[in-house]
Amino acid sequence: MMVQETVVVHPFSKYLREEMMPHIWCPGCGNGIVLNCFTHALDELKMDLDKLVVVSGIGCIGRTAGYINADSFHTTHGRALAFATGVKMANPDLEVVVISGDGDLFAIGGNHFIHAARRNIGMKVLCVNNLNYGMTGGQQGPTTPIESLTTTSPYGNIEHPFNLVHLAAASGATYVARWTTLHVRRLTMSLKKMMQKKGFSFVEVLSPCPEIFGRHNKMRSGLEMMSWFKKASVIDNFSDPSKAEITADKIVVGEFVDIEKLSYERMLHEKISKINEKAMEKVS
Amino acid sequence: MPKTKNILSGAHFLNGDLASAEGALIAGCRFFAGYPITPATEIAEHLSLRMPELGGIYIQMEDEIASLAAVIGASYSGLKAMTATSGPGFSLMQENIGLAVMTEAPCVIVDVMRGGPSTGQPTLPGQQDVMQAKWGSHGDYGIIALTPSSVQEMFDLTIEAFNLSETYRVPTLLMADEIVGHMWEKVVIPPMENIKIVNRKKPHVKPREYKPFRPDDDLVPPMATFGEGYHFHATGLTHNESGYPRTSSSEVQSQLVNRLCDKIQKNADKIIKVEEIMLDDADVAVVAYGIVARAALSAIRKAREKGIKAGLLRLITLWPFPEERVAKAAKHVRGIVVAEMNRGQLVREVERAAKETPVTFLSKLGEEPHTPMEILEAIRRVK
Repeated sequence: MMVQETVVVHPFSKYLREEMMPHIWCPGCGNGIVLNCFTHALDELKMDLDKLVVVSGIGCIGRTAGYINADSFHTTHGRALAFATGVKMANPDLEVVVISGDGDLFAIGGNHFIHAARRNIGMKVLCVNNLNYGMTGGQQGPTTPIESLTTTSPYGNIEHPFNLVHLAAASGATYVARWTTLHVRRLTMSLKKMMQKKGFSFVEVLSPCPEIFGRHNKMRSGLEMMSWFKKASVIDNFSDPSKAEITADKIVVGEFVDIEKLSYERMLHEKISKINEKAMEKVS
Repeated sequence: MPKTKNILSGAHFLNGDLASAEGALIAGCRFFAGYPITPATEIAEHLSLRMPELGGIYIQMEDEIASLAAVIGASYSGLKAMTATSGPGFSLMQENIGLAVMTEAPCVIVDVMRGGPSTGQPTLPGQQDVMQAKWGSHGDYGIIALTPSSVQEMFDLTIEAFNLSETYRVPTLLMADEIVGHMWEKVVIPPMENIKIVNRKKPHVKPREYKPFRPDDDLVPPMATFGEGYHFHATGLTHNESGYPRTSSSEVQSQLVNRLCDKIQKNADKIIKVEEIMLDDADVAVVAYGIVARAALSAIRKAREKGIKAGLLRLITLWPFPEERVAKAAKHVRGIVVAEMNRGQLVREVERAAKETPVTFLSKLGEEPHTPMEILEAIRRVK
């Protein structure tokens, strides 16, 4: 009997660099879900991949830049936003998306985050928050919950974690949302909104890290971490981001900010064309 | 497209920082990101004024780390880009100098050197960053560093730095000192058509065939720009010719690192510039650069008046080090005098190249560079 083989190309193949597969992520990691939601958002928006630039810093999710079939750049640790600033200003027609982790964006890169948000540079920032430094083996970071165990907080973390949505809102972001990898539809919707915003926009996704964070904190599988997200998540759209806590019992998710503000690059380029014109009148 | 006719030409009275800024504009620089720091601030101030007139972009970043990161981003987006700083900022930039080296991003960094270490003497000259220029970022790499001795050269060498940076896809450093940065002199700007401007080479293959880090025979890969449809990836990780990370292959690592060094070293003859003054018949050679070279020139003239055949080898290129030019000079002199505004940095390179020829070192730290008399004294003492 003849066996007929049919090769079916996955409808999302065009969004991925297949030569980069397999990815480096652990079983149970949420990064794949985030990448999936992001590519769905691109697909639903029919984004022109030629105009998309994906920038990331260092860490597990930092490898995403290499997995997406667009122009992409994997910067030094923490510097994705500063690099992306140069890209967006040099060519405002590009859609510049920074996909990076909580340690990269808010510890070593924290200063760049608040200033990019303050300037309202029209770029999109997707922070995948796994509550610790996964790639280096699970150290305490700027989002690690109080009393969590990590390889560098073996007696329990006593540092207050950053509330990222509060920080983003206070720094001037025009769109701010938080979801977990459990909320795939809402996350995809938020990513679509993020991609359509003209100003600085920010989406945080809590992502399971069972192999590294979970193993020290009694959540050894991806499923256990997702159960925590399910049990603790409370959707509270447009509530006060300063009260949007992440604790063992409660994870406040939702959209927090959605405002319009002229973007930095638009103001800059409008100014430049006026000054350029005037200067040309002087010489001619 | 913004028009760009309003650049300067003819004779102007400028300080070194302004001359560098105007040189950058003529070289085609349309992106500047920086952070205020003495004695380089005037470059940023002047470009914040002038960039928009030429349709270019000025942005003040939150620190020097971000400044160079933004410059690399702009470079990958197709603009010629620059930053300017001094010692403390240059230290912060080392991380992204490595990134620019690894991802082969053309860019220019002006370091107007002041006294260090740490905050040091912000308003006073120094030449203490010249080894940092070569070795400051971790890992092995090749880099180009030029050093101006006059305001005219602040202008000329800024253009040259852009040209070299575009040719070799390497960050190129202009290592000035506070005096050259701040002093005012006449600068003659030739008509635009007489100025050589180099632009990076672009790929001529279809996007699917493009390998962003596959070099041509000159060891330099053609460079695509974001948004042109090439869908390429670049990373600070060790990568293959496709730009994809290969972090556990010793073959890829040695090929990449050797090429990054070789593209500079094997083209050293084309890159290196020195000025030889009265060296042909000299018994004593002085090696100097930056503002110190001007005192050295005065010193060799005075020495000649006194019947000592002295000559000057003025370094214009610091890195790659003009080893052969020093070796050539060393062959027919009795001794070499090296004068630097530091505790002895390039002198070690001179000693290495000079082999048996004795080398005397004249150090200077603080307010003033060497006086011609001090250098003359050292020339006289060469037996």
